[in-house]
Parts: sequence; C-alpha cells; structure tokens
Amino acid sequence: MRILNLLKIAYKAIVLNKVRTLLTMLGIIIGVASVIAMLAIGEGSKESIRSTISSMGSNMITIRPGTDDRGPARGSGGDVQTLTLKNYDVIKEKSTLLSYITPVVNGGGQVISGANNWPSTIYGVNPQYLDIKVVGLQSGSMFTDAEVKSASKVVVLGQTVVDNVFPDGQDPVGQMIRFDNIPFKVIGVLEEKGENTFGQDQDDVVIAPYTTVQKRILAIDYLNQIMASAVSEDDAPDAVIEVSDILRSEHKLMDNEDDDFSVRSMEELISTFSSTSEMLTVLLVAVASISLLIGGIGIMNIMYVSVKERTKEIGLRMAVGGKGSDILMQFLIEAVLISITGGIIGVILGLGATVFIEKFLHWPTSVAMYSIIISFAVCAVTGIFFGWYPARKASALDPITALRYE
Amino acid sequence: MSKEIIKIQDLKREFTMGNETVHALRGISFTIKEGEFVTIMGSSGSGKSTMLNILGCLDQPTSGTYEIDGVSMKDLSRNQLATIRNEKIGFIFQSYNLLARTSAIENVELPLLYNSAVSNEERRERAIHALQMVGLGERLFHTPSQLSGGQQQRVAIARSLVNNPVMILADEATGNLDTRTSYEIMSLFQDLNSQGITITFVTHEPDIATFSNRTIVLKDGNIIQDYKNNNIQSAAAELAKLPQQDH
Ligand SMILES: Nc1ncnc2c1ncn2[C@@H]1O[C@H](COP(=O)(O)OP(=O)(O)OP(=O)(O)O)[C@@H](O)[C@H]1O
Ligand SMILES: [Mg+2]
Repeated sequence: MRILNLLKIAYKAIVLNKVRTLLTMLGIIIGVASVIAMLAIGEGSKESIRSTISSMGSNMITIRPGTDDRGPARGSGGDVQTLTLKNYDVIKEKSTLLSYITPVVNGGGQVISGANNWPSTIYGVNPQYLDIKVVGLQSGSMFTDAEVKSASKVVVLGQTVVDNVFPDGQDPVGQMIRFDNIPFKVIGVLEEKGENTFGQDQDDVVIAPYTTVQKRILAIDYLNQIMASAVSEDDAPDAVIEVSDILRSEHKLMDNEDDDFSVRSMEELISTFSSTSEMLTVLLVAVASISLLIGGIGIMNIMYVSVKERTKEIGLRMAVGGKGSDILMQFLIEAVLISITGGIIGVILGLGATVFIEKFLHWPTSVAMYSIIISFAVCAVTGIFFGWYPARKASALDPITALRYE
Repeated sequence: MSKEIIKIQDLKREFTMGNETVHALRGISFTIKEGEFVTIMGSSGSGKSTMLNILGCLDQPTSGTYEIDGVSMKDLSRNQLATIRNEKIGFIFQSYNLLARTSAIENVELPLLYNSAVSNEERRERAIHALQMVGLGERLFHTPSQLSGGQQQRVAIARSLVNNPVMILADEATGNLDTRTSYEIMSLFQDLNSQGITITFVTHEPDIATFSNRTIVLKDGNIIQDYKNNNIQSAAAELAKLPQQDH
C-alpha cells in the first residue's frame, strides 16, 4: 500500500476525531512544555548564581570575626571584636598564598550633597580592594596608600550613590560630599556592577580609606572584616587553611578551642550555592517528571482506548484486504502525527512560558537543549507505543473477531 | 464442464464459551463451480453466516478443508489471505459494516486503497461506477448516518463489487430492501453472474432463491438439502411485472 494513501487515511482519522486528538495532544503539550519551562528555571538560577559569584572575584577570601555560622548573606561581624589591624598585618606578612589583602570596616550613614541626601554604606578599605573585588573605576582615581596612611577625607562612589546625590548629571569627581556630616572629596566613581543574585545593589557603596572610616566615622579600633585574594583559584583552599593557622596562633587558641573567626573562600560559597540550586533543579525536575509521567499516562489512555474503540474498523479494513502491516502503519503514522504535532506545540509553549517567566517574573532562565529532546522523546515514544501496541494486538486477530469486537 | 472454485470438505466450526461448546457447523461438504449462483437458506442460527465467513477467508474452520481454485486456505499466510480477500472476493456483511462518518464513495473506495495497482483516479472512477450500479449515483458524499438502512446496504453491495471480484459472498444482502429494490439488486447480481462471477447468497426469502440456480439449506450446522433450480426466474422480468410505483 502506498505511503501516501496511508498518510491520507491517518490524516482523515485525525480530522474525524478532532476532540480525541486534541485531548491526546494536550497531554503531550503540557508534558513537554512543563518540562522545558521547569528545567529552564533550574538551569537559569544555577547559571546566574555561578556568574554572579565569579563576577565577585573567584579568588576572594573573606575573614570575619566570630565563630563560623554558615549562611549566605551575613552583615558585618556585628560587635564581635576579635579581628584587629594587628591580625591584618600579621596575615599580610606571613601568608604566602595571598596576592592582595585589605582590612574592611563599614558602617551606614547619610551621603549628603547640597540638598540631596541618600542613605548608604561606607566601606573603609585600602587600594587593593579594587583588585580583590575585580572592579575598576569609570572615572577619577582610587585613593593611594599615602592617603590611607594620612587618613585623607576622600571617597570613591558607586553609581547608585552618584545617581541619587548628583541627580543633575554633573561630574561628581572633584565635588565635595558629606558622610555623617564629615566632608569628603569625591575622587572617583566605581564601574557599575548592578544587582547580585541575592538582590543586593552592588553600586550602593561609598569607598574610603579604612583609616579615615575607622577613626573619623566609626571610632573603633577593630576590623569588621579582612578581605584577601588568593594567588589563584586553585590556591584558594590552601590559602584558607594558611590564614586560619596564622590567625589561630595569633589568637592563641588551644587545640580544643574552636576558631573565633571564620575564613571562607569563594569556592566554598560557590559550592554552597550550587548545592542549593542543584537541589532546586532536582526538585523542579521531579515535578516536571511527574507532569511528564501524567502526560504520558494520558496519552497512553487515550491512544489505548481509541485504538480499542476502533477494533471494528481494523476488522473491516482487514476484511477488505488490508494486511496487518497496513493497519499497523496507519496507526503508527497517526500516533506519530499526533505526538510530533503535540510535541512541537509543547516546545513552542514551553519556550513561550520561559520567555514569560524571564520577562515578567524576572527569574533567570536558560533553556537546555536536552530538556527539549528528553521531553519530546518521552511523549513521542509513549504516544507511538500506545498507539502501536493495541493496533498490533487488533491486527493479529481474525478479521471476523475484530469485526465482532464490542 | 467448468472448474470448481469453492470446495469445502467436512467443515466444522465450534465456538467455545467457558465450558460450553457451540457447534455452529457440524461437518459440511460441498463444491461450487465457477459461474454458479447459489443461495444458502436455513433458519436463524443454523450457521449460514458462520459458513459464509469461512468462505470469505474472514474466519478459520475448527477442522475440515477449504479450497479456492484448488488452493487450500489452511496453507496460506495471513498476508496471502488478505490479498485473496482484496482481489478475489466481494463480501457483503449482514450488518453492512460501513465506516462511520465516512462518505459513501470513500467507503466504496476502501478495498481499492489496499490495492497498489489501482491509481487514485481509477479508484474514484470505479467507486462512482459501483455506486451508480446500485442506484446511489446521487448519494456519493452522504455518510452512513445520512443514508437509510437500505441505502447503507446498497453502499455495502457497491463496496463488494468495486474490486471486480471473481466471487461474491452476500450475507442477506437484500434483508433490508423493499421488494422492488431487492429485485433490482437481484437483477444486478444475475447480470454479474451471467458475466461469469460466482455468487453465494445467504437469504431467508424463498422468492429470492428462485433467481439462483442452486439452493443449499442448512439446519443446526448440517446441510439438509442441496438442490438445483430448474426453473430460474429472471429478476428483471419479475421487476417489470411489479405494479408501477406511486410517485
Ligand atoms: N463468535 C461466536 N461465538 C459464539 N457463538 C457463535 C459465534 N458466532 C456464531 N455463533 C453461534 O453459532 C450459531 C450459528 O450462528 P450464525 O451467525 O452462523 O447463524 P445464521 O444462520 O447466520 O443466523 P441468522 O439467520 O440469524 O443470521 C449460532 O447458534 C450462534 O449463536
Ligand atoms: Mg447470519
């Protein structure tokens, strides 16, 4: 029998049973679309976390006072005062695996320029801060070690602060601002970094020499943090151990005492976050698999019932000379047509949903090719198998038995 | 002397339902020669349809042999049987068995769809011609639900003619027709028969049997009578004798 005839027969059967065909397709469409969308969300969040973290400097090591309670976004060390400038000096002197290191003191306050004011956070650091954070300047310059030494009243602003304090668009470099009523001269503006994955605006910062912040604004003699950069990403874990050892002997901790500080590399942070996002992906995949399974069962049901219901038709086709292979081909083509069409609509819908999620919910998404292939394949195979299997059974009957089937 | 086209010997067909066995055919034998017009009669449940299904290669006997043109059907594969049904046999079912929601012409075309030697145009032409022969030239695109019972029966008859079979097996092909239409159909069958097509015709009505040249009577799965008809009536002549239809 000619393949064209078979296509015609299959097409007619589909058109004759629009509702049933649509229901079958619906299972496939929903199955495919949901898997694609879910996996896109999972993949997207994983990728965005990875890229945020690596943009923060993947060699970065942070040293905080206080014991290590692991959590994603912690503020400063609070009022734990175990980290001092002396610690910083010793680490700087003794460590072999660090390329940059800076003390960090920080505090909140109002940035004021003329009639404009804006609440922000001031970070007291040394010039190496820029290398550690992997951030450049868009204009002006960074303060120097000499300015740190002399506790100069100079600041470098983030773009958000500039936007709010100099709303008229004038060049802030060279202007004077006040932070907590202390006058500072603006000498530079940081490159824009945007929001990080955790929703923090990385441009809402004021950078000043740590000496100035420590003495003139916060009036403290301890440090909130020490930030450093390992010579390479691979050396980061060893650098963490090295810094810990230096600090333990510096703090005169006994072997049975816990650290009164925490040292963490970006590497650890990445693994913490990728494991949560990994879990998220697994969860989404599980949900998607269930919907795919349910879609598959739907396809299975409708295909199975529809072929059963057409046993009489199969009997008649055989009675007028249709061979078993003709019957099988007819149902196979039907199943393939339904599965493929449903699959394609599902892919389009899934991609559409992904774009929608990205645009309107602002969730990062990333469509993985494998999700399209897998979901498509699962639905197509289910559709084809459950169209083919009952048809094969029916076409193995004697024509009269099939004709008699109720 | 013409050759034997159908030959059955000691044909039995039993249906097992649970631990009960129905003996639908209890060992029947006969031969039908090429060009014969045979009517099969017998009361309801006597095994007429069962026998015809076997003759149509739609069903397998429990035991006994069945030969068409000297070839034993037992030895043929399912595909070979399908080809015989497609090319040699025109079968008219007692219950029509038309495809629902499918036009008359497409129903009639069905057997030709499974014959790759027939082109699309030829298939359409032959289907139209067959429908015209049964008087449905005006009803080509009606679906079964839009046709009367008798019209559906005639579509089924057209379908059995469309592949130019060498034998026609008809299971109460006129069961649903009025006298006039059934005489028209019988006249058509007599024409086909005179062109050499062998016809086996199951019927309940004794007057239909008078148009054939032989009658076989079944009872409880056995042949109780098998006689030649020496006084064959012409359906065309009987048709002419019928009172004019009211218009
Ligand atoms: N598939 C089947 N399963 C069980 N019994 C069957 C089956 N087909 C036929 N029979 C039985 O075989 C016997 C003969 O049936 P068949 O259909 O051949 O009768 P028939 O002579 O065609 O009757 P009618 O004139 O009513 O059509 C009946 O008793 C019937 O119940
Ligand atoms: Mg019957």
